[in-house]
Amino acid sequence: MKRERTVAILTIVLAAMLVFAPLLPNWTMFLFTVSLCYGIVVLGMMLLIRTGLVSFGHGLYYCLGAYAAGTLDPLFGITELAVMLGSAVVITAVVSAILALLLRKYRDIFFAMLSLAFSMILYGLLVKTSSLGSTDGFNVSVKTVFGLHIAGTPYERYLIFAVTAIVAWICAALIHRYLNSHRGRLAEAIRDNELRVEYMGASVANTIHLNYIMSAVLAGLGGALMAVSVGHIDPEMAYWTTSGEFVFISILSGTGSVLAPFLGAAIFESIRSFAYEYSPNTWQMALGTAMLLVIMFLPGGLWSLFKRGGRSTT
Amino acid sequence: MSVILESRALRKTFGAVTAAADINVAIEADTVVGLIGSNGAGKTTFINMVTGYLKPNSGSIRFDGRDITALGPRQITQLGICRSFQIPQLFDSLSVSDNLLVGVGIVASAGKSWKNAASTRGTPAEAVETMLKQFGLQPYRDMAAGTLPEGVRKLLDIAMAMVVRPKILLLDEPTSGVSAEEKFMLMDLVMEAVRAQKVTVLFVEHDMEVVSRYTHRVLAFSEGRIIADGEPEAVLNDTEVRKYIIGETIHAKRGSHAQA
Repeated sequence: MKRERTVAILTIVLAAMLVFAPLLPNWTMFLFTVSLCYGIVVLGMMLLIRTGLVSFGHGLYYCLGAYAAGTLDPLFGITELAVMLGSAVVITAVVSAILALLLRKYRDIFFAMLSLAFSMILYGLLVKTSSLGSTDGFNVSVKTVFGLHIAGTPYERYLIFAVTAIVAWICAALIHRYLNSHRGRLAEAIRDNELRVEYMGASVANTIHLNYIMSAVLAGLGGALMAVSVGHIDPEMAYWTTSGEFVFISILSGTGSVLAPFLGAAIFESIRSFAYEYSPNTWQMALGTAMLLVIMFLPGGLWSLFKRGGRSTT
Repeated sequence: MSVILESRALRKTFGAVTAAADINVAIEADTVVGLIGSNGAGKTTFINMVTGYLKPNSGSIRFDGRDITALGPRQITQLGICRSFQIPQLFDSLSVSDNLLVGVGIVASAGKSWKNAASTRGTPAEAVETMLKQFGLQPYRDMAAGTLPEGVRKLLDIAMAMVVRPKILLLDEPTSGVSAEEKFMLMDLVMEAVRAQKVTVLFVEHDMEVVSRYTHRVLAFSEGRIIADGEPEAVLNDTEVRKYIIGETIHAKRGSHAQA
């Protein structure tokens, strides 16, 4: 029952966004697009956190996805969005599958710091790569979406937004389904007690490996979509402060539902935008205050607001 | 009766400490065996070796005619040996029914690679319901495992071991931490649920009343060896056993009283 409800809410939100987005001012649509990209990345973070692992280096896959999509144009002259997204998925899946062989042996702060180290290696490599613009990065352009020419047309922004929203919907629905499957349920079991999971005959290492890859692919997709939405990428996407933002949004959102990351990302982006607008010199303070309030009053994240409401009615 | 579990010359040392010196034992299928012994006698080490958590320094363990000495806990569980823990190992943030559902899910998704998995019938929800009923856990179904009283935690811990339908169940001190009034209730429930499926049970226990009431056979451990092996009555009255394990008080009388 609850399962269908979440998918229903997802679908309604998607439909509403697709219908009403053209009526919104440009900056709002952009805010939504960015929130959706962040939401997809944080969805991956949520999957890891449910498994008991917090990565301080998810910027690695976010950046890798963006570069996997963005470098197709300068390298091969490919500017088709579907191919760019596919490239981000394949590359992040391969890299994460390899790194997970090492990472799955670590927990807690060791996992967090090792993830961070890997992301900073990518940052270092990109900064030194002058052919990819070093610290300046380079511009990314999309010319076609499934063969449809969009570059320079009036509906270019809207179509990119629409693709982002649909990808977000697919990711959320799939992860939701996964979390309610037998294998998905192991995530929280592993977080609670690895010994018992092994003694029930399931492999902790394999489950962590799988969840890590899924989480990395989501971050890569988010990064690739962000690259085409913003139209520019730079190594800052792998920098630890970017990874920190993902952790920030994860804590803000909570891990109760696949809807939470998108809600958290939207609120994060809104606070950041408005704080930047009204107090450009102290905008971080607004974010800090929001975090403080959430930790003090909603330790389970914003999602616990809904959960509490839901519980009292049952 | 056929031998289901057999250990030969099992030895395990931790530095200078010998936890198991030379354990030779053959367990017949469909029996209940009690493991007694003072602290450090090697009972839990034996269980840890059988379940693959510890590797013996030498010797071998055979289960169902197959050498399992080198296997890890996961493979051994899949073959059909499960255990409960002295300190219950649960998924504390999940509800009681979700704890069981995790186990049912593991079995359900493992499919044919498990020898014993085929025996799980019905939908996952039905399987959980059956387990809740068998172990009298229905009143606690929606409570988080971390908030349960100790006796219920013990019960859930044993139920979790039974979810994967083992052929042998190893219980590590099932009644420790359980009040004197509750211990027989707990053991009755467990034994009824377990014996209904003809599972072979080995349990470590310090309470001689429990041992004499529920076992067919008792193994007495001392300093990493088995010093007595036989029917509970005989072992509990053995002079060596009384000297090293039980003490000189007349437990046997209370034991036979409880049995009546």
